[in-house]
Amino acid sequence: MIVISETILLAIVLAPLAGALLAGLLRNQIGRAGASTVTILGVAVSCGLSCWVLYQLVWGGAPNFNADVYTWFTVGKLSLHVGFLVDRLTAMMLVVVTFVSLMVHIYTIGYMADDPGYQRFFSYIALFTFSMLMLVMANNFLQLFFGWEAVGLVSYLLIGFWFERPTATFAALKAFLVNRVGDFGFVLGIAAVLYGFGTLDYGSVFAQAGTLDGTTIEVIGGHPWSLATVICVLLFVGAMGKSAQVPLHVWLPDSMEGPTPISALIHAATMVTAGIFMVARMSPLFEHSETALSLVLIVGATTAFFTGLIGIVQNDIKRVIAYSTLSQLGYMCAALGASAYAAGVYHLMTHAFFKALLFLGAGSVIVAMHHEQDMRRMGGLRKYMPITYITMWIGSLALAGAPGFAGFFSKDAIIEAIGESHRTGHLYAYICVLAGVFVTALYSFRLLYMTFHGKERFTVVGHGQGRTHAKTTSDEPHHAHHPGELEHPPHESPWVITVPLILLAIPSVVIGWPTVAPMLYGGWFGSSIHVAQANDVLGELAREFHGPLAMFAQGFVSPPFWIALAGFAVATYVYLFNPKIAEQCERILLPVYRALVRKYWFDELYYNLFARGGVKLGRAFWKGGDGALLDGVMVDGSAAFVARSAQIVRRLQTGYLYSYAFAMIVGLILLLGGFWYWGLH
Amino acid sequence: MIPLAYYIVFATVLFCIAVTGMFLNRKNVIVLLMCIELMLLAVNTNFVAFSRFIGDPAGQVFVFFILTVAAAESAIGLAILVLLFRNRGTVNVAEIDSLKD
Amino acid sequence: MHSIFPLVCFWAFAIVATGAALAVITLRNSVHAVLALVLTFFSTACIWLLLQAEFLAIALVVVYVGAVMVLFLFVVMMLDIKMEPLRERFIKYAPLGLVVAAIMLIEMLGIIGVRTMDVRPGPNPAGVSNTAWLGQALFTRFLLPFEIAALILTVGLVAAVVLAARTRTDKKHQNPSQQVRVTAAQRVRLVKMRAETGAETPLPREPQA
Repeated sequence: MIVISETILLAIVLAPLAGALLAGLLRNQIGRAGASTVTILGVAVSCGLSCWVLYQLVWGGAPNFNADVYTWFTVGKLSLHVGFLVDRLTAMMLVVVTFVSLMVHIYTIGYMADDPGYQRFFSYIALFTFSMLMLVMANNFLQLFFGWEAVGLVSYLLIGFWFERPTATFAALKAFLVNRVGDFGFVLGIAAVLYGFGTLDYGSVFAQAGTLDGTTIEVIGGHPWSLATVICVLLFVGAMGKSAQVPLHVWLPDSMEGPTPISALIHAATMVTAGIFMVARMSPLFEHSETALSLVLIVGATTAFFTGLIGIVQNDIKRVIAYSTLSQLGYMCAALGASAYAAGVYHLMTHAFFKALLFLGAGSVIVAMHHEQDMRRMGGLRKYMPITYITMWIGSLALAGAPGFAGFFSKDAIIEAIGESHRTGHLYAYICVLAGVFVTALYSFRLLYMTFHGKERFTVVGHGQGRTHAKTTSDEPHHAHHPGELEHPPHESPWVITVPLILLAIPSVVIGWPTVAPMLYGGWFGSSIHVAQANDVLGELAREFHGPLAMFAQGFVSPPFWIALAGFAVATYVYLFNPKIAEQCERILLPVYRALVRKYWFDELYYNLFARGGVKLGRAFWKGGDGALLDGVMVDGSAAFVARSAQIVRRLQTGYLYSYAFAMIVGLILLLGGFWYWGLH
Repeated sequence: MIPLAYYIVFATVLFCIAVTGMFLNRKNVIVLLMCIELMLLAVNTNFVAFSRFIGDPAGQVFVFFILTVAAAESAIGLAILVLLFRNRGTVNVAEIDSLKD
Repeated sequence: MHSIFPLVCFWAFAIVATGAALAVITLRNSVHAVLALVLTFFSTACIWLLLQAEFLAIALVVVYVGAVMVLFLFVVMMLDIKMEPLRERFIKYAPLGLVVAAIMLIEMLGIIGVRTMDVRPGPNPAGVSNTAWLGQALFTRFLLPFEIAALILTVGLVAAVVLAARTRTDKKHQNPSQQVRVTAAQRVRLVKMRAETGAETPLPREPQA
């Protein structure tokens, strides 16, 4: 029996870090090719070892690895370590993260070929891979938090990668700040764990989880709350920030300001799923709080449906996919809320493949369109870029949950699990996720039709005709053109872009078939995920499960399929055959349309309430607290007081003898009066 | 025999006259000096009276020292006055305000 | 009779002293003021005599009237002081001065109170004159202060002389410190001169023998 050794796990984590450091610190020495080579090598090593670890765990019979590799510090009874917990959940995440990361690395060679920040970009994404691996491999809360913050930092750096663009820096700041809100809850949650269990080690905490029942905490004096609920809700607030759940979802669409590869890697496939992973990892805790799970369920279902609606009205190709990501994250979250952790994590995995595929496909389109992202200026691209076209279709079908594709198995399971659940809010959640299926199909196929089908809504302005523009090699070529004008006809992307697309398309189609039975219904995750007997909706479903083929066949008669088909039909009719209807709908449903275009005014609300409010509060403290009180009263005030009293006292020093004599006499009189009045004793 | 209070009241009156004199002649240094002499005289009278009534020579010894010091003070004070007058051409206190600076 | 006489004397001297003191502060002429001060001192000295403090009374007359007051007179007369501008605000500050003095008087009398009215002098130290009594105390208990007082007087004397003495520039005088520090080179100046050749005025020829 092979035991997973510490060395291998360290290699998995440190190989991308080494690549990141080399590419980042020695970027001038090793050059562009060197940077991409070392980082890809690092991530490839990591990916290969991750696959090996998964293999050993699942088929090789290796036991779970759970040990500390380094003691950071010990304070009293609290001892903090760097350690790894590698079980099947972690191993699956490792493979997903490193595989998608590897694909994105390769893809980046093509996508960022002209960018001056090439090495920096590679350094960042390798650093991201390292952070994400630290996050998923952590065996204690503090290391989890480290990875959590590190991926947030890299996300910030990468969203603002094109820091010359004000929108990018704004989006980066926004992502960082919104994540801070979540992280605040998260760190409080960790503190609550420490308070409740006295340790931050997963193993010890989960072992004591049973003591949570009936334990209360008085966060506000006089109101005892269940400690489990407090911990879980706070941790979930962190997950809401990282996994972009309503109402902390506002940063994710804006994060599309970053380069497309990181949209695929960070903001679709891996980092945003950290919240889902974390909740699944904490399932032993969450199972003790019905309230927290209800909250997770409702928030997830809300996100799944309402953010999907926004995706319908977006015209930026990446934003459509971003809202789709939000919606899918909502599905995962809702699954967690229904105690179907395995379904949530399973959807996480399938989603990682097809969403990365969609993003990279979108990136391929964007490159072909010379960094044009507006779908209203695309159309008819299928004949120019067939590989992208086909892979995007695959991705969209998987996303929409077409039977047989990866998304079908996971999403169907989620919907059924929520249908089976009896948790507070399950009916609302069920309606939301069912309606979400329609919405998903609608925006997915709308995207396909607007991009690849229909008339070409751009013109090719070749050399020598009309206005000619100087050939731009700058990092922002699309600004040099008039909207809808291209210098060259779009063409298929180079192999470094198409190969990852194909490699991602394969699992998007087939990954569901072999994995659905063990992972969803076979208790594949083993001890990683704990579900209380009463909540085990997947166990219920497992009794009706008769293999993937049966599920496939069943899929054609289940409601989600028909709903998705309806969405497909509507999208096909409206966007392929009769685009006028879309405009008519916009007019008829103007208030709804406006609400969607303005994203339910979340940005406005946050901007006016928190940002402006914060500025006003800060200004009040600045003017009132610092300016008036500290500077005015205390600093300047004391000086002015001294000056003013000196002004008065100065008059006493006349320099005349008789003034001083007079003062002495007055003093004598007062002294005598005092003696006379109070007596000499 | 004359009671103690007579002497003390007399000294008090003398002292208050001196104080008044300082107000009235606040500009003339010579008169100020003379008023100080008057005050010392009043104080000395008190000392002598108490010494006599208590029967302790210390009071009178003290007067002796006061006389000594006052004499020295007068000598120096007048010397300063002479210098002042020689340098400033006046004994007007109102014009002597260099202490202010 | 025996008990009335000192009282009468006291009243007489007290009235004179008070009146003279008032004259000191009100008289316009400084010379007159000094003379009034002299009178005050005299009267007070007499009151001290009533207290059987003979030594101090005589000392007051000798030291103050004889020395200090003469010094005052001397200075007042020597300095050519114009009194008019010095008294211009006499009236203006009179009420303030009177009020202050009155308050002080009332306070002091209040502190003194009526209790002291009946305090009678204790018996004189038997068989010892005031001078001897004082002298015994002065040269035994108060010897060190006495010496210090002597020193202070000397310092005062020197200080007064140094302050008031004017260096006369029109007078030739010796400077001992310079005399001491003189060197030989400063005393004798050797001057080199050419020896007389006598070429221009030839010596008279000696008569040929």
